[in-house]
Amino acid sequence: MKNFGYSIIKQRTIDYDQFDGRLLNEVLEMEPSFKVCLSCGGCTATCSAGDLVSFNVRRMNLLLRRGETIELESEIQKCMLCGKCMLVCPRGINLRNVIMLIKKSIAKYKPINS
Amino acid sequence: METTPFILPFTIGLLFISCFLVIIIGIWISSLSRIDKSRIIHSILTKKSWFAIREIVMESLLHRKIFRKNPVLGYMHMSLAFGWFLLIVVGHIEACNHYQTFSVPAYMAIFMRYFVTEPSTTLSGKILSASMDLLLLFVLSGVVLAYYKRANSRLFGMKKTTQLKLGDRIALISLWLIFPLRFLAESVSAGIHHNGSIISHPTGELLASIFPVHSFEMPLWWAYSGALGLFFFALPVSRYMHIPVEVVLIFLRNYGIKVQKRIGGYSRIQVYSCSRCGICLDSCQMSHAAIKDTQSVYILKHIRNKNLTDEKLFNCLLCGRCQPDCPVGLELNNLRITQRIESTKEYNSSYEYLKNGKIAVSPQTEVIYFAGCMTHLTPAIIKSVKEIFAVAGVKYWFMDEEKTACCGRPLMQVGQYEAAKKLIEHNRMQILSSGVKKIVVSCPICYKVFNEDYALPGIRVMHHSEYLLELMADKRLPINKLPLRVVYHDPCELGRGSSIYHQPRLLLDEYVELIPIKNEKKTALCCGGSLANIKIQMNERNQIRDTALDEYLAYQPDLLATACPLCKKTFTKSNKLPIHDIAEIVYMAILNKMDIEINISTQIEKANADKNLRF
Repeated sequence: MKNFGYSIIKQRTIDYDQFDGRLLNEVLEMEPSFKVCLSCGGCTATCSAGDLVSFNVRRMNLLLRRGETIELESEIQKCMLCGKCMLVCPRGINLRNVIMLIKKSIAKYKPINS
Repeated sequence: METTPFILPFTIGLLFISCFLVIIIGIWISSLSRIDKSRIIHSILTKKSWFAIREIVMESLLHRKIFRKNPVLGYMHMSLAFGWFLLIVVGHIEACNHYQTFSVPAYMAIFMRYFVTEPSTTLSGKILSASMDLLLLFVLSGVVLAYYKRANSRLFGMKKTTQLKLGDRIALISLWLIFPLRFLAESVSAGIHHNGSIISHPTGELLASIFPVHSFEMPLWWAYSGALGLFFFALPVSRYMHIPVEVVLIFLRNYGIKVQKRIGGYSRIQVYSCSRCGICLDSCQMSHAAIKDTQSVYILKHIRNKNLTDEKLFNCLLCGRCQPDCPVGLELNNLRITQRIESTKEYNSSYEYLKNGKIAVSPQTEVIYFAGCMTHLTPAIIKSVKEIFAVAGVKYWFMDEEKTACCGRPLMQVGQYEAAKKLIEHNRMQILSSGVKKIVVSCPICYKVFNEDYALPGIRVMHHSEYLLELMADKRLPINKLPLRVVYHDPCELGRGSSIYHQPRLLLDEYVELIPIKNEKKTALCCGGSLANIKIQMNERNQIRDTALDEYLAYQPDLLATACPLCKKTFTKSNKLPIHDIAEIVYMAILNKMDIEINISTQIEKANADKNLRF
């Protein structure tokens, strides 16, 4: 890699050559409405779980799209599935199904060394 | 006693099905929980057994519930079930009477007209053979209707009829053949021996005068016996398993056994008791959104065939509309939830971030008010409840005003009971530690779970429609009838889910003019917004909602009333009709009474204008 004189925090590096999109692809295939998310953050603003603990639905979306499966797995456990996010979503995304799909499939795609 | 080779298909089939049923029902009953087994032992010699027998006669034989749905459909089922039952019983009596003994083998009663070649001479014999002829005619009339139903189900009050699989087809065809073949075989034998009774005799003589009946006799009896044997062999893989299993189900249900939160013997008995009549298809609103393969009848079929997918299992609103219509009385919602628990049992969260803490509230507090997640998305309801409480002088603690966990019901609806327990325990501790003896809930979803799963001894759980009615009865609320024609939409979780039908209506009757509608109470429509369905797409929800709204619009109401924030939220998006929660209507009426310069009609216009701005 060319040295531009900047340092990189190793933990925050996302190496797209190592990108694991299997979970993302499965979720998008099973719940295509998730493709139209515009990251407005309405879901995060209304979230009941987000009131009680640091939990961010939009960040979950980001983790999924970056293939950060390990972080995603601990994040997703916080959701209470109350459905408020789905009702405020301007794109009508079926977010509860997205959460359940991730919960069900994540074990399959977790890196072994985790 | 005589015998002949053609009894073999029937006898082998009967032996097979008897052994099969004894084994499989034995396995199911032995896998019941210990409590359920002791229920059976303690109830078997009580009048519960008598009630079960009465129910079997009324439902399994006479099909009273199907008669109520449609008389022609009821007659078809009754003639086949009750007629066949009587054919077996009277046939056996006839054989016993003829041979003057009580120990006649089963085949003798079935094939008696082949073995007995001389006409019956005694009066009892004549009466019995005449009644056998009439009974066969009765069953045949049902078979003719069944042929016709396959071609035109509308005559039977059913818009749709179920799709069949191979085992069903074999059993159906053999069932359709059994009785015509029996009729032909008996008539031909009557034609040869010049005996028979009121119908078989003239038919036999007619056939004998046209055809060489001697060469037809054996093939017809073989075919009849073969059709019976085929039916018995196809029974375990067909929907007709419901005939024997339903009898077991009715006994167990009368003994107080219910579907548990796990798959077990009783849930299997329920699944096998489904006759796939398809009556649930018509009441299911999913078809309004062109979803035609996730109805209860298909889910039960997939459970039986072990090929149920999540896409189908979770594509149901759990509105419960199919349940009152089911002629077998199956617990369709609970069966589906049991499957959902099984499907998601490994994915329950532990919610370790919930901090249990005791709550101290003022000792004057009369009630706890729990709005619920959905109500927080419809702030007008919260505002109205708060204002009404202020008018009535209710001292309350607003439990979820800022930060509270969800009630747990949305998790339970998708099968996550273990996860929901954590939320329930968290909220329950808060409610119990507050020491308040009454909790008022605005959301029927929360109401149901507080009532059924929270274990709150000495604490009364009330939906706000019940509580407002109580306040009104105590004369703590002013009454003012508004000149508005209102249709009330029963929320699924409050109506069918919790049997609260009357309180909202009594309350509305005092404040507005309530219009009775066709689909209300038990048959009320679902708004389409249910959280129980995690697979349905927004446009499909909208189609269900619009079909329901169109039905309400036909009554030309001024506004639509409901008692559920989720129903309100769902309907509001359509913009076809002003929609308000009961609390909002009561608040509007009180405001009007208090001579505050707010005209209801302008408020409705304003609400509409607001909506137009938003969409």
